Amino acid sequence: MTGKLVLENLKHRPVRSLLSVFLIAVPVTLILCLVGLSRGMLADSARRARGIGADIIVRPPKTSVLTLSGAPIPEKLVAVIRTKPHVAHAMGMIVHPISSVSFASGINLDSFNRMSGGFKYLEGGPFQGPDDIIIDEYYARQHHLHAGERVTDILNHPWRISGVAEGGKLARLAIPMHTLQDLTGNTGKVSQIFVKADKRADIPEVLAELKALLPDYNIYTMEEFTSLLTVENVQGGALSTFIDVMVGIGVVIGFAVVLLSMYMAVLQRTREIGILKALGASRWFILRIILAEAVVMGLGGTVLGIGLSFAARALIEALYPASLTQAVTPDWWPIVAGISLVGVLLGALYPGLSAAVQDPIEALAYE
Amino acid sequence: MSEPLIEIRRLHKVFRVGRVDVPALRGVDLDVPAHEFLAIVGPSGSGKSTLFHIIGGLTPATAGSVRIAGQDIAALTDAGRTRLRKNQVGFVFQKFNLLPNLTAGDNIAVARYIGGRNHAPDADFDEVLKLLGISHRLGHKPAALSGGEQQRVAIARAIVNHPAILLADEPTGNLDSENSCAVLQVMRDLNRRLGQTILMITHNPEAAAFADRIVRMRDGRIVVDG
Repeated sequence: MTGKLVLENLKHRPVRSLLSVFLIAVPVTLILCLVGLSRGMLADSARRARGIGADIIVRPPKTSVLTLSGAPIPEKLVAVIRTKPHVAHAMGMIVHPISSVSFASGINLDSFNRMSGGFKYLEGGPFQGPDDIIIDEYYARQHHLHAGERVTDILNHPWRISGVAEGGKLARLAIPMHTLQDLTGNTGKVSQIFVKADKRADIPEVLAELKALLPDYNIYTMEEFTSLLTVENVQGGALSTFIDVMVGIGVVIGFAVVLLSMYMAVLQRTREIGILKALGASRWFILRIILAEAVVMGLGGTVLGIGLSFAARALIEALYPASLTQAVTPDWWPIVAGISLVGVLLGALYPGLSAAVQDPIEALAYE
Repeated sequence: MSEPLIEIRRLHKVFRVGRVDVPALRGVDLDVPAHEFLAIVGPSGSGKSTLFHIIGGLTPATAGSVRIAGQDIAALTDAGRTRLRKNQVGFVFQKFNLLPNLTAGDNIAVARYIGGRNHAPDADFDEVLKLLGISHRLGHKPAALSGGEQQRVAIARAIVNHPAILLADEPTGNLDSENSCAVLQVMRDLNRRLGQTILMITHNPEAAAFADRIVRMRDGRIVVDG
């Protein structure tokens, strides 16, 4: 009977109920999108790093795993590393940001081909000159670009798109290394060095040798490096804290929405509460109905929020395939459900208690 | 002589309005035997609704005693008064006070549920529903029922848990004369056939005439009894 009362109450004022469910869904969607984007973009970075085909990465001293710009490593170090035993190949690369979330990779194409097996071109082909650029399919789709076209909005330089390649290797944009070094004032320097061992079994030996050679540098196996690309490691845990803050905001929004919604519902239903009290309903019975109603709205908001996060993902994928990658995060669904339930229960508590202690005579006289 | 079902002695009720004490009942004495149909009449402000609210456990008395079947309800806590409303009394209001989002049948069912009777009503109750003439209207929501039908559903809801007392506060106040007559006849039938004790507040002398006994109140006191 409680379930029927709750459902009929929700059905009785459908606009208020649906609006509340929607407003609870908004923070759920925001949290899922935020977590999905954080994980998705990091996973995409890891996937593209793995796509280079290296076994070891050498990064400058005093850098975190997610520092992707700057070129403090002397390029000549690449040649030194190539001479080391069991090193099949070493490749320097310069990375430069072209927007808040996009980077360009400066590469020596021959060296890159040797390391990774080369790009798979969907349109056009390799660099033909120093001002050529290779873009990946996602960047091409987002910016409606094709091989042979010219662009000038990347680093304020006139480029010719020599090819559109399959994604999954390097950054979205590949530029001849010396051009990018000169354009960014980093002539003779690289951001990081990728190393390929002769065979898999040689990796530990090469790693140890490089660490001995370059004691101040950050040197990882690619496996280790990509495993460090997690939310917890971004900016010393700042992203993780940011997500926690957003989760907190989600709880507050859910709380506020339900508080207002249920407070309004209790006011609208003052007379009905009086009727139930006249029938002998206890305070707990009244509180239970209000809380159950909030829980139903919270669960509805969670389900809708999860649905909307898929819609947001599809929208992001359609509009910003190169800039943003949103992962599906089913492990967060119970978490957001918990967050919603905490928010709605807190929000419904005050109106519920107000209703529970209402004077039945005053409630029955309410117009 | 057997003990009366309701026994009221020197009952006082004072409401605090701002800083002023407003006496609503000034020493009411009243006995109501079981199975009686009692009408309480009087002008507005005479204290009859307050008396009802105290008997029904909706508000506590300031002083005096009210015993229902030997139990002093003036001493009850809020939880005790809730149990009294659940088990001992049924209310019928002037404005029907049905839950608008539930069907007539569910309005009756919710009263049973609150009363702790979560199973289907007794077979006897079908007879009551027939007596009330609402058996065929149970699937409708209050908005689809006439005033008379709504009040008869309210009566069914009030007696579904077999309360000792049915308290009816101006039950015909919102009805035309035809529906008023029908509702009053139903209440008299319930009293006659089932022995239901009924206390009814009314302004209407014709309605009061359906009762076995009429009590008149003025200024918080009973001025005429019988």
